[in-house]
Amino acid sequence: MSPILFWIFVAMMLFFGGMVVLNRNPVASALSLVVSFLALAALYVSLDAYFIGVIQILVYAGAVMVLFLFIIMLLDLKAESRRHVNFPAVCGGFVVIILFIKVLSDVCYGFDGGNAKFPPIAQGPQGDVWHVGMVLFQQYNVALQVVGTLILVATIGVVILSKRELK
Amino acid sequence: MVTLNDYLFASGLLFAIGFAGVLLRRNVIIIFMALELMLNAANLSLIGFSRYNVRDGLPDYNGQVLVFFIITVAAAEVTVGLAIIVALFRAKQTTHVEDMNTLKF
Repeated sequence: MSPILFWIFVAMMLFFGGMVVLNRNPVASALSLVVSFLALAALYVSLDAYFIGVIQILVYAGAVMVLFLFIIMLLDLKAESRRHVNFPAVCGGFVVIILFIKVLSDVCYGFDGGNAKFPPIAQGPQGDVWHVGMVLFQQYNVALQVVGTLILVATIGVVILSKRELK
Repeated sequence: MVTLNDYLFASGLLFAIGFAGVLLRRNVIIIFMALELMLNAANLSLIGFSRYNVRDGLPDYNGQVLVFFIITVAAAEVTVGLAIIVALFRAKQTTHVEDMNTLKF
């Protein structure tokens, strides 16, 4: 991927990620999150992870965000009114985040191996999904079954949580 | 030329934004969305390392499978979390974290 395209998608991802945090209206936040996830999917594709990019769009930008929007509209949330701000907490938050970014840039740009070019890859005629599927079903089959069970448990849990009266 | 460090730095910045959201916002649903941002930042760095670690002309697919599992577990987490938020809203008529202090000591 050309560097210009890369920086455009990174800027899109970070700008709309920031809008998620800064917007007062929850619906606008959720829609910004969708755009941020779409840019992130483009970055996955730029790293030759086509399957993960498609899953990102289908599961995150599709299913999860529809769920978020559905709940926001179901609860009929208005734009948040300004309340008193806990000043020490906000200052502490900013200090932690700025220190985090400082440490991150030090670590990243002190890591010489990361400044090399990405090695070329040759996936052959099978493509990305075939390789992911082989690893997933051969090496991680037990983990896949466990995750399936986890989703079943989550489904039952949600049904029980949303019953109106618990006996 | 785009290098691994650029991807890692972008991923770290996305994580910082999500972290800021969790620390600064007071609406439960926004906090939840910021959590999703942090999960996705971790996914981006995993995919970056997977593409970086090329063996026999193929990227390291273990990283991509881990991302697949993270996405699945995150989807399950979102459904349970939103059900809890709906139940809380039904009990308290609010999504503001400072109004949910029943467990506060």
